[in-house]
Amino acid sequence: MEILEEKKNKNRAYKPILDGIPDWPVYQLSKNRKEFLDEVTRKSIERIRKVRPSRKQLIDELEATVYREQNRMKRNRWRVDPKDEPKFWSGIKNELVILSSKRSEEGGNLPAGQAGKEEEILERIVHRYANEIAGKFIPNKYRLTREILKFFFARLLNGARVKKFGAFFRSKYTLRDKIQIVGKVKMLRRLAKQGTVVMVPTHFSNLDSILIGWIIHSLGLPAFIYGAGLNLFNIKIFAYFMNSLGAYKVDRRKKNVPYLETLKMYSNVALQKGAHSLFFPGGTRSRSGMLEKQLKLGLLSTAVEAQRNLYLENPQENVRKIFVVPVTLNYHFVLEAPDLIEDYLQVKGQNRYFPEEDNYGSFQLIKFMFKFFTKGSNISVSIGPGLDVMGNYVDDNGNSLDATGRIVNTRDYFLTNAKVIEDEQREHEYTRMLSQKIVKEYHRINRVFASHLIAFIAFEMWQKKHPKLDLFGFLRLPEEDLEIDYNELKETFKRLRKEIYKLGEEGIVYHATHLKGDADLVINRGIDNVGIFHLKRPLLKNKKGNIITQDLNVLYYYHNRLAGYDLEKLI
Amino acid sequence: MTSKNLSDKPIGVIGAGNFGSVIANIIARNRKVLLYARDEKVVHRILDKRENRGHRMNKHVIPTNDMAFLASQCDVIFPIVPSEHFRKMMKKLSPYLHPYHILIHGTKGLDIKLPKGESIETVAQLNRNQVKTMSEVICEESVVVRVGCLAGPNLSRELALRQPGATVVASHFNEVIQTGKKLLRNDRFQVYENNDLVGVELAGVIKNIIAIASGALSGMGYGENAKGLLVSRGAVEMVHLGKALGGSTSAFLGVAGIGDLVTTCNSPMSRNFTVGYRLAKGEQLSAILDDMEGIAEGVNTIRIVKKCADYYKVRAMITETLYKVLFENLTVQKAVQYLMRYPLNVDINFL
Repeated sequence: MEILEEKKNKNRAYKPILDGIPDWPVYQLSKNRKEFLDEVTRKSIERIRKVRPSRKQLIDELEATVYREQNRMKRNRWRVDPKDEPKFWSGIKNELVILSSKRSEEGGNLPAGQAGKEEEILERIVHRYANEIAGKFIPNKYRLTREILKFFFARLLNGARVKKFGAFFRSKYTLRDKIQIVGKVKMLRRLAKQGTVVMVPTHFSNLDSILIGWIIHSLGLPAFIYGAGLNLFNIKIFAYFMNSLGAYKVDRRKKNVPYLETLKMYSNVALQKGAHSLFFPGGTRSRSGMLEKQLKLGLLSTAVEAQRNLYLENPQENVRKIFVVPVTLNYHFVLEAPDLIEDYLQVKGQNRYFPEEDNYGSFQLIKFMFKFFTKGSNISVSIGPGLDVMGNYVDDNGNSLDATGRIVNTRDYFLTNAKVIEDEQREHEYTRMLSQKIVKEYHRINRVFASHLIAFIAFEMWQKKHPKLDLFGFLRLPEEDLEIDYNELKETFKRLRKEIYKLGEEGIVYHATHLKGDADLVINRGIDNVGIFHLKRPLLKNKKGNIITQDLNVLYYYHNRLAGYDLEKLI
Repeated sequence: MTSKNLSDKPIGVIGAGNFGSVIANIIARNRKVLLYARDEKVVHRILDKRENRGHRMNKHVIPTNDMAFLASQCDVIFPIVPSEHFRKMMKKLSPYLHPYHILIHGTKGLDIKLPKGESIETVAQLNRNQVKTMSEVICEESVVVRVGCLAGPNLSRELALRQPGATVVASHFNEVIQTGKKLLRNDRFQVYENNDLVGVELAGVIKNIIAIASGALSGMGYGENAKGLLVSRGAVEMVHLGKALGGSTSAFLGVAGIGDLVTTCNSPMSRNFTVGYRLAKGEQLSAILDDMEGIAEGVNTIRIVKKCADYYKVRAMITETLYKVLFENLTVQKAVQYLMRYPLNVDINFL
């Protein structure tokens, strides 16, 4: 099997932009953890009180929260959930019962003697949430983890690739040879010095979280605070890494108002304090294999709000700007692909909801890592250009630019009658605009791999041969019956590759350098690499040299990477 | 929080045409207005005689020829210029605009970008990448984000006479809607809210097609049955076209959709109606357009919308037949025959 080598890799080591860990904003946060969490708690409560102004509304909200939490514990409890949870919530429930029974005794009016009781309960809940969400960044642990990762990766790489005795201890290859970082790296480093960076990557695999941590480090950036799904913390090895990389936890099971507001406030306050942040705005891994089209607006809105607050609180001065940096991660292989696409098809096909399951424990992950490092299959990371919170491009000095290149003052977006004001509806709209811009950028900085293109072509060619079947009917066809003539595929490939080049010139999508060159070679690379480690391979060549598949669903998954560019019209 | 008390800055209106002058007068009842006119003679005339296009201009309307001045003085601007000049006007205005500006336009037409040397008829296909509503033009050409539009049954002459009427202010931003409402509303003018900006814009645009058809029926001397048929089938066609172009159904059922449709279809005053009427009387399109004061937006709209309907595979019987009447020498008589014979009997299929 051929290993995909990129053209001579320009990736190099970057010097850290801040010298010592004590200078890092994330360290400052963790050092003053208590004060920070108190601030988050206080502000979240203010916020919740604003949304639920009357006593009755607040008590109703608290009752709903308790109900949902108890439901969650009954139905979907995770290993990572704290042990004292049931006790905490049943305690809250009892207090609420007492409160409302007193209320009915006094003919529906809230008891005067109990004034403030519900506020006190709210505070306890929010404080608990804030502590649950908060990450613990410990410099020594961070350093240690970093070194372990580096050492571990380097040994794997060198041991596997250089077949000589003693190679195990050499350092000929580093992770940088496996993972290409392309795009606006210099700009990102500059922006991280002048302002606060919010990195928003696409999300395809659970590995993304660790990968991106390594990328941030290798670009010489200080650690980011990251929003990672709490489900990841169920896997012990992940939990260890994530904790030491400065992650905070996002629990998608909790949809109650106090939790959501606390989570948003956590991100909001951290951004205002200048902590570079990262979260996956798609909210969860892309089930279909498509680039995210719809983003979750909750955490994204905190970038807009934090920026407005900075302007609001510093009317005259220059304030630290917040820069949004889209990133796409490009893989030949996604470990979870078969399960993800299964989920997607089930949900889409029958409108049923399937709870999230992670079928991959620590052992499977280590096995995958070993395969990944020994066998090839590179990953490439495209860093997008910096945007301001309105989705305008910024220049190297962080100035926002309009379409004609004129400098725009970001503060102006928050003005009404020459004053910065808070307008929730307006900012909601701004967040939506920002999310659309990010989606557009994803598609633009996406890098087409040979494997994506081959998967796309093969799937579309097969589907075109069965015009009467809808997607689900088509996917039910027996795999053994499907075969594509190699020469036919090659013709189509050449045509589409040309189109990809054209789109590249128009700035609509990038492509990897390995896509160029002899068509046979590139096609074979593509076939060899697409979903390389799956038990049932999405694409193979048979004895006649024609193309066959062992798993149409998974092929569909890899095909989806190129959905949305109107390429199917050329098949 | 939307600003309850507008600052005392003047309000800008760009375009001293018929509708622009009326809107300037309506706003001038509440606030000082700067009215931009391209033609310096118009500025002088308004200054000297307080008159424009047959409208007596309110004393709070100050005409100007200086866009930079207008943009620096006004936070809220109403651009009301014909769609074919709209982008050019925005390019001129854009350097003076900031993100805090609010723009509420009152233009019922589409903007179209074609490759050099191509026309609507010769270009291979037309879709929403090339066809833009006015609010989209504003966002493309400037940094302004707080954009809205005015649409509804707003015949300039009736408004000028202070007869009761209504309009819709549509925007994604509540503050824009509230601002528009505050500025326009008075005891004779009701203002409704809608947040489907593109839907409301499209409603105002597409109804012009039906208006031409209505004029044609009148010109043939047909009565109210025919008109009832046209209005109801026209509304269905509007919904289908509007959905294909990115609006929601509900926008077409409101004041900007049905409301405006009924008004324009019954109004011999409207230019679009007149085009249809004279066509039915046997005149040639070119002759009609030549001696018409102002622009009948509907004619261009038919060309654009027909091509878009082809691309999005929407069946738009009235638009397509009318296109043949306007540009392919089909007589109105034949057109009516064709439509009446067409075997399509589903009443409503979009709810």
